[in-house]
Amino acid sequence: MAALLEVRDASKRFGGVVANKNISLSVPAAGIVGLIGPNGSGKTTLFKSIVGYHPIDSGSITFEGREVSHLRVAQIARLGVIRTFQQTRIYGKMTFMQNMQISVPHRHEGLRSMFSKFSREVQEQAESLLEFVGLRSKCFLPAGELSFGQQKLLELAMAMMNRPKMLLLDEPTAGINPTLINDLIARLKRANADFGITLLVIEHNLRVIMNLVQHVYCLAHGELLADGPPEAIQNDQSVINAYLGAR
Amino acid sequence: MTKPFRQPAIYAGIGVIVLVAPWVAPSIVTQMAFLWLMVVFALTWDIMGGQMGYNSFGNILFFGVGAYVCAVVQRDSGLRYSSALALGAALAATAATVVAAILGPAVLALRGHYFAIATLGLGIAAADIAAGWHYIGAASGIVTPLFPGAIGDRGRFFYYLLFLVAAFAFSTLRWLYRTRFGLAINAIRDDEEKAEAMGIHTTRYKTAAWCISALFLGLAGAVAGNLAGFIDPHEFAFAGSSYGVWMILMAILGGRGTLWGPVIGAMVFHVTQELFWTYLLGWQRVAMGLFILLVVVFFPTGIVGWFQQSWSRRLGCAAGGLTPDVPSGQTGD
Repeated sequence: MAALLEVRDASKRFGGVVANKNISLSVPAAGIVGLIGPNGSGKTTLFKSIVGYHPIDSGSITFEGREVSHLRVAQIARLGVIRTFQQTRIYGKMTFMQNMQISVPHRHEGLRSMFSKFSREVQEQAESLLEFVGLRSKCFLPAGELSFGQQKLLELAMAMMNRPKMLLLDEPTAGINPTLINDLIARLKRANADFGITLLVIEHNLRVIMNLVQHVYCLAHGELLADGPPEAIQNDQSVINAYLGAR
Repeated sequence: MTKPFRQPAIYAGIGVIVLVAPWVAPSIVTQMAFLWLMVVFALTWDIMGGQMGYNSFGNILFFGVGAYVCAVVQRDSGLRYSSALALGAALAATAATVVAAILGPAVLALRGHYFAIATLGLGIAAADIAAGWHYIGAASGIVTPLFPGAIGDRGRFFYYLLFLVAAFAFSTLRWLYRTRFGLAINAIRDDEEKAEAMGIHTTRYKTAAWCISALFLGLAGAVAGNLAGFIDPHEFAFAGSSYGVWMILMAILGGRGTLWGPVIGAMVFHVTQELFWTYLLGWQRVAMGLFILLVVVFFPTGIVGWFQQSWSRRLGCAAGGLTPDVPSGQTGD
């Protein structure tokens, strides 16, 4: 399989703190890859580097064979790499439907499309994606008024509305109750299978990792500790040591 | 919902009142003309401060640019009064928009308080530049040409003209807020970082919003300068401490981020102000200060915002989807 996203020897330091050191990983097209590691191991830093939130100090990040490490957030987003946030972020004062409408892709946007109304297709697509995450009935409520779990689902639907090639999910199941988690795993799998969206997922919940991803990278202290299929990683002694402390 | 049937009737009613007002109350026609100027002020400020969440303290800049450009064109073009005014107004709107387009990408890169302070500086700097520039009359200002018609016609002429500017601004915004532009600037208000992460061209939308604001302010400045008859750099064109502050107050008073809020806010504010000047002379500023205080403390969401909230509380989900106190049925978790 060809790699959609390729990170090679990426390093990032903040003053004296080395957040990422020589990290290499590759995400195959239409694959589902997990990123795990104890708190503070540099997962979110790596995410932010990939989506252009801050530049990397050395190394390279390529998406579809194109170097993207120098591009800015919105430019990378328009290439088709969309992230969701650890602390869910939606447009709180706008309705669910408006949140969805404004999440259309902004790849080719001229003056005319800036000042035109949303088409019937956009509306229908928004409705079907809200249906997909089970929020159809909430269409006209302000998004900020609903529960955290529902906002999380809305954020996923918004990301899919953008028709991304790749989704970076930062702890998609944190703060969601266990029954909803199964639901979410199923929906992420469907997003991958039906819409062909490649997924890179940061997750602490081992059940999610085991059920969802095909390949896992584990970070510790800013370095890549191990990678492999989830079953192997689960039993890897160095990974266990990193999480629980060495005995 | 009876809304679709009610709306044209409401607009028609307002139109009739607007048309006959100067004939019913000819003695206050100038004050009523200024009312439409206030409506433009509040509407254009709200694009930035209400819909986009960028509190600009410097929008008065575009008003001043418009007033000066038009006055200079009228002074130097050698055209008849009406054609000079028309040309001047068109160039005024263009100049103000161009200034916004040039300043926009730099100033709009600042956020929150930094943006507010930078725009405050813009207004002050513009006043001082104008006060030192001899071509436009420096500190002694510039006088606009005399209106050629009868005295009584003058007030009505500018009353209708400023109403047209206000109506133009209102209908343009009414349309714009329903387009992608409207939702994009709302998204920037709610979470700009998220908007960027979703690929929205934030700088482009922000600059466009400022340009639209500047266009109408430039146009209003051109007409209002002629209504005032004399353009002083500090007291009229770049009057940050009066007009510049009022535009913010009016939008907040009426309800920021709503279409009708700025219009209603401007009307209530202007009428209140005129009443204070008439009946509380000497104490009018104290009264105004108290009034503002009361509004901010008791109606933080403005008149329209307050009505929306209390309505939706009474009607549940029915009113515009705002349901602050109503439990949202089955919550997913």
